[in-house]
Amino acid sequence: MIPKFNGLEFGIVVAMFVIVTALGFTATRWKRATSLASVEEWGLGGRRFGTWVTWFLIGGDLYTAYTFVAVPALLFGTGAAGFFAVPYTIAVFPLVMFVAARMWSVCHEHGYVTAADFVRGRHGSPFLSLLVAITGIAATIPYIALQLTGIKAIVEVMGIGGDWPLWIAFIALAAYTWTSGLRAPALIAFVKDILIYVMVLVAVIYIPYKLGGYDVIFHRAATALKGATPPASTLLAGPQYLGYSTLALGSALALFLYPHAVTGVLATRDRSVVKKNMSLLPAYSLMLGFIALLGYMALAAHVKPVGGTAKAPDSTTIVPVLFNSQFPHWFAGIAFGAIAIGALVPAAIMGISAANTFARDIYRPYIRRNASDREEGLVSQIVSVILKLGAVAVIVTLKVSFAIEFQLIGGVIVIEILPAVVLGLYTRWFHRWALVVGWLAGMGLSVYMLYVTPGKTTDHFGSASFALSTWGFDTKVTIWTGLVGLVANLVVTTVLTLVFAKLPRGRDETSPSDYEEVEAPPMAMGGQAAGAV
Amino acid sequence: MHNQPRSRRRHPIKLLLLIPLIAVLIPPFYNFADPGIGGMPFFYWYQLAWVAGVAVITGIVYLATRSRS
Repeated sequence: MIPKFNGLEFGIVVAMFVIVTALGFTATRWKRATSLASVEEWGLGGRRFGTWVTWFLIGGDLYTAYTFVAVPALLFGTGAAGFFAVPYTIAVFPLVMFVAARMWSVCHEHGYVTAADFVRGRHGSPFLSLLVAITGIAATIPYIALQLTGIKAIVEVMGIGGDWPLWIAFIALAAYTWTSGLRAPALIAFVKDILIYVMVLVAVIYIPYKLGGYDVIFHRAATALKGATPPASTLLAGPQYLGYSTLALGSALALFLYPHAVTGVLATRDRSVVKKNMSLLPAYSLMLGFIALLGYMALAAHVKPVGGTAKAPDSTTIVPVLFNSQFPHWFAGIAFGAIAIGALVPAAIMGISAANTFARDIYRPYIRRNASDREEGLVSQIVSVILKLGAVAVIVTLKVSFAIEFQLIGGVIVIEILPAVVLGLYTRWFHRWALVVGWLAGMGLSVYMLYVTPGKTTDHFGSASFALSTWGFDTKVTIWTGLVGLVANLVVTTVLTLVFAKLPRGRDETSPSDYEEVEAPPMAMGGQAAGAV
Repeated sequence: MHNQPRSRRRHPIKLLLLIPLIAVLIPPFYNFADPGIGGMPFFYWYQLAWVAGVAVITGIVYLATRSRS
């Protein structure tokens, strides 16, 4: 099917893009900052965001355009296994609730902006901090690139040729992120999420109504999956259990280790805002669950993906194609605009957080020790632009499927900082050099396991699900690679901590009370801290 | 040291947080088609229902552990 260009649809998407860009620039004046010339103001919005802003910001940050296109594409291609995104986004909140609260407290007390800042202060090890910084940045770059696949899918389905829309979208994004910092995506997230909620609500009522109900959808999807190669099902097969639960658990453990998630948590006004949001954010998971089912609706509507190659069609286009075939053009235009804006919000936050990590944990400690706050802020701004334009260049020159494979690797590598960051929030028992070697061991094993995993079109780095048969087990069972790497990391770290007992330990600049809730109401203190910036 | 007040960190209500983890991370509990609701197999509506479940449980834990000031 060759997509047809529609003027009304295109006009609506362009109008939405223009409005959002204008919002991005006006965000500079939001929450009245005197000057944005520091990482604290530019990159954390002055740590002033309350419950509602945080709900939109973290929601817009974690549930990305990639989620909207890739999760339904997974169900479209692999059936029930793709639904792992729902248990994943359920498990993350109880797991993270108190960890994130402790992280907020200690970072607020010591002015930490990134996870690597915390690791340096806690373990007294600039080298461990460098590893954490590099891991975070390496995991984020392909994630930024991947946001573009959301926009690319929309552009392809709208029947527009060329890569110029990607360049325009990201240049505008780079421009208003430069001027407004984290305030831009925080403000745009309101618009984005309201649009997405409307889109999903309409889609999950209107499309089943047109197709004849959920009964018909699941029935037709099951039939289509049975005939696919390889055959799949709307229920899990026994050997898929371990892969399903380890992927959900591992992804949940990894999510809040990403720099952009840490940024969302640290930008909040106080600790209770973080905890409260852990019970408010699941609303997004409900939406995600219904979005996932769009994959089955696409199967039921006999949607054919556009783009890609004959051997590996670009299945990320199925949701836009489904919308195009089911909705009138004006509503398809709104939905496309929503998905495209949904790519810009997380891309902005990811760019900011990775840039903050570079400026604070690589530039200042290793390149210019006596950099001023102003210089650090400027470095962060420049790096944020480079990251975004670099991401466009990567997507334009490399094949898209390549980027998706890298995203799978993102979760697998970022989980390797869990011992240094999360365990570090609770105990100082682990030795800093044991954590370093543990990181090396876990990362080495994970990368090796990814390397020997073939994909549909590649021999290496094909999937983050590792087939146990690779190691000679006579089974079809797979396991999420990252969890194996994490266990290896933990074992090595524990053993070496015992071995290194006599080696000197790093200086811990934090004290136990820094991690707990402040007893006195935080109002006055917060005001002072904000005023001192 | 024995008569220190119980730390807020060890609040027993936090154990509630284990319930949604066990409920959704063990697929044999819910990998069935029946009973369906409105044409949606059990596998799907059970997991979607736990989204509401986790919101309620984290909400209870939040209310129970927040500081009174």
